[in-house]
Amino acid sequence: MDLHTLLFGVYPYLALATFVLGSWIRFDHEQYTWKSDSSQLLSKQYMRFASNVFHIGILGIFFGHLVGLLTPHSVFLALGISDAAHQGIAIFAGGVFGLMVILGGTILWLRRLFNPRVRAASRWMDINILGWLVLTACVGFATIFWSMGHAGQKDFTVMLRLAEYVQSIVILQPNPELLRNIDTVYKLHIFFGLSVFLFFPFTRLVHIWSAPVGYLFRAYQVVRAKRTA
Amino acid sequence: MKVRAQFAFVFNLDKCIGCHTCSVTCKNVWTNRKGVEYVWFNNVESKPGIGYPKQWENQEVWRGGWELKNGKLQLKSGSKLDRLLNIFANPDMPEIDDYYEPFTFDYAHLQNAKLSEACPTARPVSQITGEKMEKITWGPNWEDDLAGEFEKRSKDRNMHNLEKAIYKQFENTFHMYLPRICNHCINPACVAACPSGSLYKREEDGIVLVDQDKCRGWRMCVSSCPYKKVFYNWESGKAEKCIGCYPRVESGMPTVCSESCVGRIRYNGIMLYDADKIEALASTPNEQDLYQAQLDIFLDPNDPEVIKQARIDGVPEDWITAAQKSPIYKMAVDWKIAFPMHPEFRTLPMVWYVPPLSPVQSHIDQGALSSDPGSVIPPVENLRMPLKYLANLLTAGKEAPIVSALKRMIAMRAYQRSVHVEGTPDTRALDEIGMSVDMALEMYRYLAIANYEDRFVIPTGHQEVTLEDFYGHQGQNGFTFGNDSSPGISPNSLFPERRKETVEPCEPAPAADER
Repeated sequence: MDLHTLLFGVYPYLALATFVLGSWIRFDHEQYTWKSDSSQLLSKQYMRFASNVFHIGILGIFFGHLVGLLTPHSVFLALGISDAAHQGIAIFAGGVFGLMVILGGTILWLRRLFNPRVRAASRWMDINILGWLVLTACVGFATIFWSMGHAGQKDFTVMLRLAEYVQSIVILQPNPELLRNIDTVYKLHIFFGLSVFLFFPFTRLVHIWSAPVGYLFRAYQVVRAKRTA
Repeated sequence: MKVRAQFAFVFNLDKCIGCHTCSVTCKNVWTNRKGVEYVWFNNVESKPGIGYPKQWENQEVWRGGWELKNGKLQLKSGSKLDRLLNIFANPDMPEIDDYYEPFTFDYAHLQNAKLSEACPTARPVSQITGEKMEKITWGPNWEDDLAGEFEKRSKDRNMHNLEKAIYKQFENTFHMYLPRICNHCINPACVAACPSGSLYKREEDGIVLVDQDKCRGWRMCVSSCPYKKVFYNWESGKAEKCIGCYPRVESGMPTVCSESCVGRIRYNGIMLYDADKIEALASTPNEQDLYQAQLDIFLDPNDPEVIKQARIDGVPEDWITAAQKSPIYKMAVDWKIAFPMHPEFRTLPMVWYVPPLSPVQSHIDQGALSSDPGSVIPPVENLRMPLKYLANLLTAGKEAPIVSALKRMIAMRAYQRSVHVEGTPDTRALDEIGMSVDMALEMYRYLAIANYEDRFVIPTGHQEVTLEDFYGHQGQNGFTFGNDSSPGISPNSLFPERRKETVEPCEPAPAADER
């Protein structure tokens, strides 16, 4: 097994297994540490802009990848979305949301590094994970230049191969060979992105699992009774 | 009718001397930890003043509490969706400087400094960053006893419709203390604002708590509580608030702040209320009717119908008895001398306040306050403390209930003075406002003598009902095989570990006697 197979055939499962099992164990075992770990109390400066831009950007990126990569090719075609349109949407949405992540994330990262109060309250992993996300977004943004080249030549094979690769991972029939001759920048982005899943349970990212959508459907008041009857 | 019991408080401001014993005992028991150095579950403010955190009463700044929108009750911070949209950066969140940057002092330097011309000083050290601080510019109780400029403290929200200039003059200055804890509201805004549903009200005693495991640090409770009594622990990333000393209360003991109050101003007791009426009464259109609305939600614990329903709803027998002997009920309902703070926030708070009177009493006794001919009670409008101010604080600006309460307190004192000083009971003051001697005597017993057993009528919690197998816990209390008493940190965990304790200067001072 060569390094390529290790990185794109085995590593994804290592990362995803850690992501799922790690999250589960942490939720089960140490729920007190399960939190967003906001530092807004210590400094509000830049938060309104940077945090919103960052979060909206990263949500857009996440759902964009989810839909763009996991939807089978046939479904796109059935919906009348041509490969050219698919690539166009991916480049545009990815570019906009990616820039938001880079812009907001960088401001938040600088704040975390250089605001003395926020720095004092930051753990090692808080600084690392934010930096890693911004780097991943930067590499992801860089892929756009290659993708635009492909789009210019009306060559959509790379995009389709990437989607096919991700789907092969999800259906447990990994096919790292699909990535063998692909530009390094994509491989780098995939490696960075997969690593986010690996780090996930050990960071504050776990708060994503707890997105409080249920709040919208809940009564205002919560009353708990100790009584069992 | 759905009967619920509520553990409630009355603070008699007439006797508060601002000694901060409540604050210090509470601090030592509950918030002497990393991340909550700045937190005071109990604090005592000097009023008028902007308080802790700054301007907490001004909901144009913080958007806390409830409001009526098209006749419907809604949090001031908007709809549920509004809060979720603001979750990435809560625009109404106070910053640490709105409370104060917690600090300690480098005391050891006083003893360790080398010999020098100038006297060594103990410089302040930030308990967040551990860095030396140049100058402390704000702190807990910074406005103690009217410290600071009038311009600053007159930004007090309760003065917004007063002729401020008058009270700037030295002769017209007024002052009172306001001890504050969580109000354990019947219609809590913090609970309603919590996206993760971690805040809850206990059915048995109405104490409002944060489920520390379930809290995700979304911070909506901090801004939505109009009293700013939910705090964010910046170390644990969780919301923390006054827990009503529930482990003590469950054992029949008063809260730490109440127990330690040297002025005996605090009363703990049970109130029964009708949970079916909460929404309707909190939606009372006119703000000034909210005080009455809250009185209307209380149930008479001696009414046979109420007792019957209370039993059906699972209120234990000794809790019903406690409600009948409740000092809270006497002061709030029977005598109407206690009031909820800022009822206009619509949270139906359950810490009630007896308005202050004391600095004026000697004035009255000397006859320095003119009274109407034929009247023994001086017009309360002549008191030092402007009625409007008290009304803004306690009844959303309605003065009549405050006037009535103050008159009752003056009459009770006038009567007792005639008994104890002049030796001949004089009931003229009582007669003037139609108060019976019995009521005056009972008020005297509760307010002036304030015996321990009168102040604290606290039934114990019923673990035998609440635990499925209470014998199963015998002999192993405090030890479990699970993780349920986890501090959330473990030195061997892969997950984010806890760091050092609260910042304290680590340089030790030399021993007193080095031989």
